[in-house]
Amino acid sequence: MSFLPYAVSVWLFLVGLYGIVSSRNLIHLIICLAVVQSSTYVLLLAIGYRTGAGAPVFAAVPLTTPAVDPVVQALTLTDVVVESTVVALLLAIAVQAHKRFGTLDPEELRSIRG
Amino acid sequence: MVPAPLPVVLPLLVAAGMTAAGRRLSRRAADLTSILTAGATTALCAGLVVQSAHHYVVYWFGGWKPEHGIALGIAFVVGPFGAGLAGLAALLITLAHVYSWRYFEAVGTLYHVLMLVFLAAMAGFCLSGDVFNMFVFFELMSVSAFALTGYLIEESGPLQGALNFAITVSVAAFLMLSGIGLLYGRTGALNLAQIGDALAGKKPDGLVIAAFVLVSSGLLVKSASVPFHFWLADVESVAPNPVCAVFSGAMVTLGVYGVGRVYWAVFEGSLGSHRAEVRGVLLGLGVVTALLGGVMSLLQSQLKRLLAFSTIAHVGIAIIGLSLLSPLATAGAALYALAHGTAKASLFLSTGVLAHRFGTVWEDELHGRARRLRLAAALFALGALALSGLPPFGTFLSKGLIDDAARQASLGWVGGVTALASALTGAAVLRFAAHAFLGWGVPERGAPSPHEEEAETRGERWRTPAVMAVPACALLVLSAAITFVPGIGRGAESVAARFQDRGVYASQVLHVPAPIPAHHHLEPASPSASAVESGLGSSVLAVLLAAALVGRRRLPRGLGTRLAHVLRPHSSLLHSVHSGLVGDYVAWLVFGVAALGGLFALALR
Amino acid sequence: MSRRIRLILFLVSGAGFAALLVWGELGLPPFGRYQGPYGTILDSVAVLQRHATDVVASVTFDYRGFDTLQEEYILFAAVAAVTLLLRAERDESWQPPSDEAAGRIVARPSDAIWLIGLSSVAPVVLLGIYVVTHGHLTPGGGFQGGVILATAPMLIYLVGEYRTMRAVSPTSLVEVAEAVGAAGFVVVGLAAMIAGAAFLTNFLPLGRIGSLASAGTLPLIEVSVGLEVAAGFMLILSEFFEQTLELRHRRARE
Repeated sequence: MSFLPYAVSVWLFLVGLYGIVSSRNLIHLIICLAVVQSSTYVLLLAIGYRTGAGAPVFAAVPLTTPAVDPVVQALTLTDVVVESTVVALLLAIAVQAHKRFGTLDPEELRSIRG
Repeated sequence: MVPAPLPVVLPLLVAAGMTAAGRRLSRRAADLTSILTAGATTALCAGLVVQSAHHYVVYWFGGWKPEHGIALGIAFVVGPFGAGLAGLAALLITLAHVYSWRYFEAVGTLYHVLMLVFLAAMAGFCLSGDVFNMFVFFELMSVSAFALTGYLIEESGPLQGALNFAITVSVAAFLMLSGIGLLYGRTGALNLAQIGDALAGKKPDGLVIAAFVLVSSGLLVKSASVPFHFWLADVESVAPNPVCAVFSGAMVTLGVYGVGRVYWAVFEGSLGSHRAEVRGVLLGLGVVTALLGGVMSLLQSQLKRLLAFSTIAHVGIAIIGLSLLSPLATAGAALYALAHGTAKASLFLSTGVLAHRFGTVWEDELHGRARRLRLAAALFALGALALSGLPPFGTFLSKGLIDDAARQASLGWVGGVTALASALTGAAVLRFAAHAFLGWGVPERGAPSPHEEEAETRGERWRTPAVMAVPACALLVLSAAITFVPGIGRGAESVAARFQDRGVYASQVLHVPAPIPAHHHLEPASPSASAVESGLGSSVLAVLLAAALVGRRRLPRGLGTRLAHVLRPHSSLLHSVHSGLVGDYVAWLVFGVAALGGLFALALR
Repeated sequence: MSRRIRLILFLVSGAGFAALLVWGELGLPPFGRYQGPYGTILDSVAVLQRHATDVVASVTFDYRGFDTLQEEYILFAAVAAVTLLLRAERDESWQPPSDEAAGRIVARPSDAIWLIGLSSVAPVVLLGIYVVTHGHLTPGGGFQGGVILATAPMLIYLVGEYRTMRAVSPTSLVEVAEAVGAAGFVVVGLAAMIAGAAFLTNFLPLGRIGSLASAGTLPLIEVSVGLEVAAGFMLILSEFFEQTLELRHRRARE
């Protein structure tokens, strides 16, 4: 059981990548990228977890209360912001691509190659 | 004393100010503000190079100095290589803004704002001494670069380029972040020096090897090394020329710098016992990148894509320099980044002149039409020779240092690889120039896809504005001037020796006040006769190759068809691999990570 | 490369990649047993050093505040990027917002939705402000509160009042708010430098632990980030709205 959360993060990374590699729809592809990213959330948060410890917020509990690692939580917060911005940007590209090509299939967007 | 955060903070503050001013700011005022800001950042970085010449400049944000070797905050750890690379980025952004004065229609101040944020991100990446902070700057750099790639939304290419770029590089960022997670889980630290201390002296296990592979693959994607290189060619085929100049001149180099910084600050203490194996894997990567980039560049008939593949070849040469793991070779790689970066940026700016005058950068469409552009012709010819390593361009000096280091490591054949890669890329540009400016030979076969009108400029096209020509000339002069700086080779070598010394790095970062480091004893390094010979040799080879390609029809029948035969069958395979499909690129990326992981696992166990 | 070959390449390399990840993660401490120094030290000293009861907030905005400044600018750059990518093209024109999809009948929102939607706007704004300003005490802060604030105009849109939504969040004003929010963080950092300390060092009195006016510069930074995030998300959403509601291809309309 002690490896399960890490295994989940490996699984999410791989299925996300599979989605990106095999996708026939830009929106689907972008969401798959978000799945890859959620693998990093799981990994970071799992690393900092301590059995039986509470949140690192000492508003109503004494300072000596065991708490989980606050650093990975701050890192995950940054990661979440990164995700939402990258997704917004990619969706903007998808909107324009749909206007230009009339399709969301990445295999049909190929004006440059070779 | 230059405060270390300023090269990052100044452009960010100005970018916010320009957004607040919005449309109230005229185009000229926005141009001027950007030029002044980027210029000031260049000066700040130059100041930091001088200041860090003998000792790392360590700056703790929020004043959280480390206690008992444990860092609570984020540090900038500034050395001459990092500050120099940040300065190169700032200089290229400055010149790109000068160049854009007459260049393309800006959309409000968005172009200026994104360029300044991009600059801040590159500078921060070079100066940071914290692995997660490097990741954040990596992302900031990426987001602004994606947008700059897609600038010309009315064509289909930029959308495809921006999409391929964004997906590939985002996956790379998550690889890097996973590696950071592993390191944090093992050491409970994010500061490079502290992680390095925690790993030092321990046999590398699965976690250390996986973390090294993940972090360095993420950075190698940024540097566009094979098989992570696909995005760069797509991006630079379509991004605005001044933006390409910055991408090729500085951004890809940051990836190589990042691998070096992370290897010597973090992993050297653990992987250093397997130097030969690490060298072997990285050297293989560099050689493949240099040769594939060179060959692909010769097979292109769209100028920007040609230059993009040549950048890949030259990144390969820089990776070869890094892979040798000696101070001499690293000094060579650092100077090579400077010499190639300035020359390549100049070529992209000259490409903009062609696009401005003729509305196309395709070889067959330009054939013989540019005869009257003597200055542009000279810029292209000199730029091509700089790529091929002709003395006195800095490329010959720095490539000589790499070759010398390779000979010292009994790897003399490496000199042949670097010479061949430079000759291939030089020949590609020379051939293009001979077709476009002289009208020699027959027009190349048409492009595989319909050519699109370059929409970067509008208005009068009958002459080249001085603001477009002067930055390109200045960059070429700079590329040659490197050679004449007295003692630059030896200076860079002593900086490289410190760059590779994990103990000095850790003690100066974590245990203040740090002792003055012992002076490394160095052999005097001046441009050797062999460097001049090899530089001349690869340039002659480039000229001969270009001449053979241009005059293919005039060669003796057997030779001409053989040349065509050599290039044709492989090229169709190579062309089909570079498919323009992001799914393929991500599959190759996974292949690259798995291959690197497998090789390191076999070599380091 | 055909799809088949691509998938085979991916499946083979993906297996190797998964093995690499698993091999690496096997070296991590078992789940729940992490004892690394960085977070452990911060859990014990941060509250006393920064007088903020939410340790995550003091990590985000002070110990690792410089990361967060870049994070804020990632959003800032994304707003500029989305505005750039979704700008009106030469062959597009503006038109009054209306649903032009053929054959689609859109029912007006019922009175109940209208009433509940509009009457939630004020509580949502209040909640957003609360979350932004209490970030140093309890979970929350500028990013979370900013996103809540940005949903207030969305509520107005949901009840069918697109024009009202645009009227209460005029783009020119929101743009200035966004820039001020972004610059505010930098200015707080620079103020410390002008006072002679390192960038982002706290220079305000720390106050009593647990009170609203505590933790020195943290609440200032929270408010500045909250402004940037709220305005940034409003701008991104309004760009997408314009794409579907207001921009039309000239050719398509002729």
